[in-house]
Amino acid sequence: MYTEKVMDHFNNPRNVGKMDDADGVGEVVSPTCGDTTKIFIQVEGDIIKDVKFQTLGCCAAVASSSMLTEMVKGKTLEEGLRITKQEVAGELGGLPPAKLHCSNLAADALHVAIKNYMEKKEENK
Amino acid sequence: MERIYLDHAATTPIHPEVKEAVLPFLGEYFGNPSSVHSFGREVKKAVEEAREKVASLIGAKPEEIIFTGSATEADNNVVFGVARANKNKGNHVITSSIEHHAVLDSCKELEKEGFEVTYLPVDEKGLVNPADVEKAITEKTILVTIMHGNNEVGTIQPIKEIGEIVKAKGIYFHTDAVQTVGQIPVNVDDLKVDLMSLTGHKMYGLKGAGALYIRKGTKIGKFIHGGAQERKKRAGTENIVGIIALGKAAETSERELLARVEHATSLRDKLIKGIEEKIPYVHLNGDREKRLPGNVNFCFEYVEGEALLFSLDAKGVAGSSGSACNSGSLTASFVLLAMGIPAEIAQGSLRLTIGRDNTEEQIDYVLEVLPEIVDRLRAMSPAYNK
Repeated sequence: MYTEKVMDHFNNPRNVGKMDDADGVGEVVSPTCGDTTKIFIQVEGDIIKDVKFQTLGCCAAVASSSMLTEMVKGKTLEEGLRITKQEVAGELGGLPPAKLHCSNLAADALHVAIKNYMEKKEENK
Repeated sequence: MERIYLDHAATTPIHPEVKEAVLPFLGEYFGNPSSVHSFGREVKKAVEEAREKVASLIGAKPEEIIFTGSATEADNNVVFGVARANKNKGNHVITSSIEHHAVLDSCKELEKEGFEVTYLPVDEKGLVNPADVEKAITEKTILVTIMHGNNEVGTIQPIKEIGEIVKAKGIYFHTDAVQTVGQIPVNVDDLKVDLMSLTGHKMYGLKGAGALYIRKGTKIGKFIHGGAQERKKRAGTENIVGIIALGKAAETSERELLARVEHATSLRDKLIKGIEEKIPYVHLNGDREKRLPGNVNFCFEYVEGEALLFSLDAKGVAGSSGSACNSGSLTASFVLLAMGIPAEIAQGSLRLTIGRDNTEEQIDYVLEVLPEIVDRLRAMSPAYNK
C-alpha cells in the first residue's frame, strides 16, 4: 500500500525533533483521524534556513512531514507558502487515496508556521 | 530475519495434519458428493465424517451442522434467515454494539425491512450485562445474537447466563463463536444456544469453509436456493477441500484444546506483564480474566497504531491495530469507542494474538523490540513531553 519512499521516510525520518529557537511554529491536527503535525522553521532574510518536525500519526503522516522538510529547506518563504499537499505526496511517489487528506498535514503545518513567523515579525516592527 | 506471527485472530496457519488430510482431495478424490457412483460416494463419506468431527467439537449432532463458505455467511443467514422466518411472532432483534460487522451490518440492513434492532451497550471491559439483555426483551423479540469472544479485545461474553435468560422466554439465541471454537472449550448445550457460527481458518483449517450449528427445530430460512445440498438449506456443490480441512481442524482442536489453552494463556500473560512493566502510559483493553487465551490488546498513549504496526513489521513481528489509519474507515475502532475509550487513545491500539506455534523466545523478542519502537515513535510525537 505504501511506496518504498514512504517507508524509507517513515523508518528514517529526516529533520525530526523539536526546535527551541524556532522563528515560526505551526501545528495542524487532522479533523478526521486526530493525527498531529508540528513544523518548526528558522528564517534568515526570506530564506527558510532550517526546518524540523514532530508528528503523531501513521506512516503517511510521518513520511509526508519528513519529505516536506527536505523539500522546503533553502527555499524562500514565498516558495514555502506555495508548496501543496499534492506536491508532497508526489515526491513520495504517491499516497493511498484515503491518506491524501487525513494524514498529509505537513504542507498545511508549514503554511501555519510561515504565517506565524510573519505575524511575529510584524509585531516586532 | 525470523518472522513472528502474532495475528491469529485474523487467521491461523494451516495445521500440518490439515494439510495432509486435504491432499488426496486435490488428487484422486474429486467426485461430486451428490453423485450416486463410487466417485461421489467416497467424497460424500468424507464430508459426513468432517461433519461429525465439527459436531463433536461443539457437542452437537452431525445433522445440526450446515457447512457454509465462511462464518460471515453463517452470521448473515442467522440474522436474515431467523428474522424473516419468524416474522409472524415478532419483529425485534437484540444484539450488542461490539459484534462483528457480519452481524452488525446485517442487522442494519434488517432495519430497512421494518425490523427493530436493539444494540446493547458494553461496559469499559467490553462486557454485555445479562440484565441488559433481559430488560431489552419485549413480546416482539424473536432473536438475540451476542458474540462469544470478541475478535478485537478478546472479551469472553457471559453467553451461558444470557442463554438462560433468552431460553426462558422461548426466544432464539445465536452466538458468533469464531474466536472461541478451537481456542477454548465450547459446548452448545452448556452455552444454551440455538445457533452458532464458526470457521475453519481461525482454528488451523483453510479459508473458505465455515459452519452454522442449528439446533433441531429452529426455524430458519434457506441460505442459497438450488440443489438439495446441506439439508436443502444451502444449495451449491460443496467446497470439499475446505470442508475436509474444517473437519480435520475440528478433530485436532478437540485433541489439542487443553494444551492450546494452557500454552496461549501462559504466553499471553507473559506478554501482558512484560508490556506493563517495560512501557509507561499503556492500557490493557478488555477484561483481564474473561479473556481469550491468546489475546493481547493495548492502547499506547502518544503513539499511532498503524505506525506501531509497520515498525513491528520491519522487525518481523505481525500484529494488528484498531486505529483509524489502519482500518480505512477514518474512525478508530468502534469496539474501543463503544467501551468508552477516548478516540485519541483508541488511535494507539495494538492487538497481538497468540497461537499454538508461538514460543516463549518469540515473546521475549517482542518485549525487546516493542519498547524501543514505542520510544522512537513517542520521541517524534509533538504531544509527548516526558
